[in-house]
Amino acid sequence: MGVPVCNKNKLSKFAITMVATASAFATFVSTTAISAEKKSREEWKKEYVRPSTIPFPTDNPYTAAKADLGRTLFFDPRLSGANYISCGTCHNPSFAWGDGLAKGIGHAMTRLGRRTPTILNLAWGEDLMWDGRFESLEQQALGPMSAAVEMNQNMKAIVAELEAIPEYRTLFNVSFPGKGITVDNIAKAIATFERTVVSGVAPFDRWIAGDENAISASAKRGFDLYNNKANCVACHSGWNFTDSSFHDIGLPDKDIGRGKIVPGVVVMQHAFKVPTLRNAVERAPYMHDGSLKNLYSVVEHYDNGFVKRPSTSNEIYKLNLTQSEKTDLVEFMKTLSSKDAPVALPRLPAYDQTVAGSLNVSPAAGPSADSGTPSVQKGSCNTFLMHYIPCSK
Amino acid sequence: MRSKTFASAVAMLFVVAGVTPANAEIVITQKAKKFDKKRIEIKKGDSVKFINADSIAHNIHSRSRGNKFDLGVSKPGTSVSKVFDKNGKFKVRCAIHPKMKLTVKVN
Repeated sequence: MGVPVCNKNKLSKFAITMVATASAFATFVSTTAISAEKKSREEWKKEYVRPSTIPFPTDNPYTAAKADLGRTLFFDPRLSGANYISCGTCHNPSFAWGDGLAKGIGHAMTRLGRRTPTILNLAWGEDLMWDGRFESLEQQALGPMSAAVEMNQNMKAIVAELEAIPEYRTLFNVSFPGKGITVDNIAKAIATFERTVVSGVAPFDRWIAGDENAISASAKRGFDLYNNKANCVACHSGWNFTDSSFHDIGLPDKDIGRGKIVPGVVVMQHAFKVPTLRNAVERAPYMHDGSLKNLYSVVEHYDNGFVKRPSTSNEIYKLNLTQSEKTDLVEFMKTLSSKDAPVALPRLPAYDQTVAGSLNVSPAAGPSADSGTPSVQKGSCNTFLMHYIPCSK
Repeated sequence: MRSKTFASAVAMLFVVAGVTPANAEIVITQKAKKFDKKRIEIKKGDSVKFINADSIAHNIHSRSRGNKFDLGVSKPGTSVSKVFDKNGKFKVRCAIHPKMKLTVKVN
């Protein structure tokens, strides 16, 4: 079998044990002693070294042309049904690729159910979205685009819409020779661009690289707390300050998050994706529901502000932090901001000027006004691609 | 020769009694938010013991058709076991940590 096998029965070479296979006896729990690891500050620092390369999947490798095309598509509002919402409308680089709102706003000013997550560092992500419903960035790229309450784009119409823009035909043919504009290629281009959106070198990184003056003494104390007493590292681990895990962190809202995606697993009730803490200062308010206005509030939540229920994460417990410790933690998180240079918006390809035509869109209308797009009521779930609104199914 | 005869006699006794041979127990360790193996092949009736050697809690569950199960939360220093009594290929994951993936092929 190629795997270690533990022979339970060592009393006799010929002894045979009857193993009950009834489901009632199929599982059991035992406890063994495992000593907790205690690491020094220097040992912890080794776990936060930035990677030197961005990972790209083999079925959608990086090319500069594809990334450029994806960047153009990302900022083009014509990828929405009413042509006024781009991916970048909510994932605004000026807000560290978020929108600065407690909860996102979609098509026809529909208030969405969850806060807009950043797209920073998603090349290292796993099971994307707050509830992890998409396994790849390629899948995820199409989700908000087609969701009626978000960009409300009719995916059957998008290829023809882009085909009508001559420069897009050229750009797609360069990036996808012989294949041109397809829904899959739109997703691949956007995903490729998104993988290039990486937070820059922050004061914390300079400290990790050896510059002891890069961060304050308070921030260094915060780093120690982060990895020990405050237990932040249990989930916000590694250089990207997330392990892509899902936890119920005890926010008192009714949204069951990943519980909709993984029904029947108790710990997934009210569980949400652990976000990166990179550039967090620029991304207030916080949590999936945008209920906490600043990082100090976040620390207070984890200290003693959570609700306890069967699904609450095992890593959440009362911390008994002092006020100065809370301040140190905030000072530490502030060192994760890279204050990246402003992002230049792309010039968007122009419509064809050589043929007559009209655009059949009405920005003021609701989702049902767009041809071919099914209407949807706020908060309902008539598409599996819906992004933020919890489904009622 | 004598022991061979004894073994045959014992085996025959169990066959007559309708007793199946002992099943194996395969150990999978959870450490640093990873399973120590990505794929294992076992025989029907074998059990897999998942040892949480991490400092954080884990979960073991499968959403594979024909063998959905959830072993709940296993705290650091504990273990849970699962008997695989159906043939097939099953994806086992930690619901908390999606990067933890294990494929169990049961023959």
